[in-house]
Amino acid sequence: MINETRPEHFQNNSAIGRFLSRIHLDSLLLAGLILLSLLSCLILYSTSGQHLETLLRQTTRIAIAFFIMLFIAQIPPNQIKRYAVNLYIIGILLLLAVLIIGEMGKGAQRWLDLGFFRFQPSEMIKITTPAAIAWYFSEHALPPRWKELFIALLLIAIPTFLIAKQPDLGTALLIASSGAAVFFFAGISWRIMLSSLGGLIALTPVLWHFMHDYQRARVITFLNPESDPIGRGYHIIQSKIAIGSGGLYGKGWLESTQAKLDFLPERSTDFIFAVFAEEFGLLGCVSLLFLYLLITLRSLYIAVNAQDTFCRLLAGSLSFTFFVYVFVNIGMVIGILPVVGVPLPLISYGGTSMVTLLIGFGILMSIHTHKNLLSH
Amino acid sequence: MPRRFALKDIYSENRLFLSRIVIIFIVILLLVSALIARLIYLQITGHEYYASQAHNNRIKISSLPPTRGIIYDRYGKVLADNIPSYSLELTPELIPDITETLTRLKHLLNLPEETLTQFKKQLTRHRSFDGIPLLLKMNDTTVARFAVVRHQFPGVDIHARLIRHYPYGKIAAHLVGYVGRINETELKTLSATRYKGTHSIGKTGIEKTYEGQLHGKPGHAEVETNAQLRPIRVIKSAAPIPGENLHLTLDIELQNIAYQAFKNHNGAAVAIEVATGDVLSMLSHPGFDPNPFSSGISTKAYNALQQSDRKPLFDRALRGQYPPGSTLKPFMGLAGLQYALTQINTPLFCPGYYQLPNVSHRYRDWKTWGHGFVTLNDAIVQSCDVYFYDLARTLGIDRIHHFLSQFGFGQKTGIDLIGEKSGILPSRNWKRQHKNLPWYPGETLITGIGQGFMQTTPLQLAVATATLANQGISIRPHLIKPAKASQPKPITEKVNIDPAYVSDIINSMINVVHTPKGTAYKLSQNINYKIAGKTGTAQVFTVKQKEKYDAEKLKEKLLDHALFIAFAPANAPKIAVAVIVENGGHGGTAAAPIAKKIITQYLNKTSHND
Repeated sequence: MINETRPEHFQNNSAIGRFLSRIHLDSLLLAGLILLSLLSCLILYSTSGQHLETLLRQTTRIAIAFFIMLFIAQIPPNQIKRYAVNLYIIGILLLLAVLIIGEMGKGAQRWLDLGFFRFQPSEMIKITTPAAIAWYFSEHALPPRWKELFIALLLIAIPTFLIAKQPDLGTALLIASSGAAVFFFAGISWRIMLSSLGGLIALTPVLWHFMHDYQRARVITFLNPESDPIGRGYHIIQSKIAIGSGGLYGKGWLESTQAKLDFLPERSTDFIFAVFAEEFGLLGCVSLLFLYLLITLRSLYIAVNAQDTFCRLLAGSLSFTFFVYVFVNIGMVIGILPVVGVPLPLISYGGTSMVTLLIGFGILMSIHTHKNLLSH
Repeated sequence: MPRRFALKDIYSENRLFLSRIVIIFIVILLLVSALIARLIYLQITGHEYYASQAHNNRIKISSLPPTRGIIYDRYGKVLADNIPSYSLELTPELIPDITETLTRLKHLLNLPEETLTQFKKQLTRHRSFDGIPLLLKMNDTTVARFAVVRHQFPGVDIHARLIRHYPYGKIAAHLVGYVGRINETELKTLSATRYKGTHSIGKTGIEKTYEGQLHGKPGHAEVETNAQLRPIRVIKSAAPIPGENLHLTLDIELQNIAYQAFKNHNGAAVAIEVATGDVLSMLSHPGFDPNPFSSGISTKAYNALQQSDRKPLFDRALRGQYPPGSTLKPFMGLAGLQYALTQINTPLFCPGYYQLPNVSHRYRDWKTWGHGFVTLNDAIVQSCDVYFYDLARTLGIDRIHHFLSQFGFGQKTGIDLIGEKSGILPSRNWKRQHKNLPWYPGETLITGIGQGFMQTTPLQLAVATATLANQGISIRPHLIKPAKASQPKPITEKVNIDPAYVSDIINSMINVVHTPKGTAYKLSQNINYKIAGKTGTAQVFTVKQKEKYDAEKLKEKLLDHALFIAFAPANAPKIAVAVIVENGGHGGTAAAPIAKKIITQYLNKTSHND
């Protein structure tokens, strides 16, 4: 009976759609993600100086990440819910381990070396924090009361603090915002939201006091890139030149002069959007943004149609966080947000963040395709 | 329905959630609009501006490292300056294959493997679009050899840089210090912006202590380049602010005299201007040439210095700790007078040994048959140990410790150099903490003649001597004139002593040099001023286990350390000196002549200037 009300049955009437639904994948999301991955390969080929090996490595990572997504999508949401707290606790323990025995990487302790590969617990936390809070809220009546808010706030504060200590302020803020998104979807009142926002602003000077010098430098450079043109400001100045020179239509694929002549640092990772903008112009940028928007909307749609509170809150948070990543990265590259070192989702070179994102999408797909298995 | 859901209102929850999704949807649309608006601003409105910057001309921002401050001595002689030199630099991002390029460079320029390993370490620490020096100093042949094949090495360039040069080399190497390549630990604490384009940093001595003043502030230039990256014009530039020049209190000529006077001996000499606390000379012998450090010293050369038997890298003046021996006696005598336990003419019979009541052990005098009846004055002049054994016993370790600490024994002098040692002024507390044992009376006796646990640095000894010469006013020693640098005024303290007792002791110290019985009587020949001094001999008991047995060397190593403290002119002291000659034998013969040379040179120079 419930099955008949499920809207995707109207969409998934093709053979492929039915097949995908059977293996718990959502055709629309999958299409969007595949399109993004193809774009990633396209741009990386250009930014790496047409280096086939880089492309091959990225393709391998994409393939692995998609397999992980497929695997996660098979796990029914009630299982995810059951293990949410345990995974959250494991994540926190791993974070502590990183702080204690973590080896140095770029002057910051973020990695756990497992011998055959290096594991970044903060990536895991990106999923387990909203999942744990969603679980906690789903166990209580909504909107949450003061006591529940306080405990949930603690669930955010612990990983945020630990990651900020690594120090990785960018990721810490993103995790805090993914937790805050759960709060928002759980329906806390505007009064509380606005007053806590005010409180946060009042806390800024305190936060400033605890920041590392390099984090302060980033904020200062953000406010005034000219203040440090040989150091932090260099990225922004060069990236603006790259984007602006792209114009409406762009210079064309493989025609980026800024990237080719080595003016643009980190052009394959955090600043890849600048190269995209230079080569494909405003039209390309707007299309890419629409692709991201489409994926976000589909995810929100999944959240609306989710069956229970846990799924709704988690799906809502994952969708919103995905968009936040896009916004923070592009905002940083085009010079309206500070340089915080967040990659452009599914486009930037590198495997860690891609796996995390696709785990998130795996959960979304699981939420969307497992409803008929639940008993009411 | 399960109990838990009884509290839940599913319908209103759903409505609330939906409304929140709608709000988020609107927020997302607004944010996307903001991104698009900004992109329109950059790519449509600003397109022409950015296109002109990107297409025809390209802007490269380069850092202009500041010139390091010059270090002068007190008469304006240059101790450290910067000389132009060619360096070979690699920009990793412009090099197609780094390993291959390095191998080719190695063959071309005959580079040692070690240079390459060092470079590879540097590689991970810099951003790939920064130039990293492979060689800091190229000689003309290397420059010429590379210049002809430069076109085969994209991303490799010869740069003119300034490197640190020390004209006086080993003479003041410990004190001035040297600069070297910035290492990994330093990199972590340094401000990346301040050290952009700078590859070396002060490692020891003044170079390290005053790094903050010497370094300066880098500037930068925005340079337009053509498509081949050749500079066309400078758009904007901010000149670097050079580091502060430093004027030391050191007199390099005096330092040189001291250096030459040491000949083949190891040791240290410190000379201080009594009235001001200016350090006139501070020598650790043997020295080492600091120049190779600034251009990148090879591991082989460094190891040779490090492993040398004579330990040339060790700053004996600042960090060497020696028993003061009999040079402590004037201070002990002063303590006896101040506590009214003796007077300058109080006699005591010296049979050549001293015994504590009910203890059979004999504490020996250096003169086995004894000095006979001696007064405090005689005891200082002839350096009678028995007199001071007795004095030390009556004073007791607590009063000895309190009195001597006023002269700075057992504490850092606070000189403006990093790495100073504090020496040891033993006390009951010290022994309990460090040896976990109670204090024994016999230890008081040997402390009284500057042996046992007691240890001082040559600098400390010079400061204590200057304090004595200055009527008990102790001035913190310094190498930078306090008025000129942003330093606090020299810290002065007054030791609580009666001026009459001070002149008693000074008279005895004059007698050490100027009466026939004095242990440094030879010094009084051919001088037209009076020196107040005291000799000392510090026993060297053991050869360290790790050192190889070598009969010749062993013989020398078993010789006592020779010490001498002095100030002059004795009636109106200007300069105070402490000299230690390792394994020099007797203080009067080995150390005193060096002190005399320093004092004579100084007094001649200043009297000409007056």
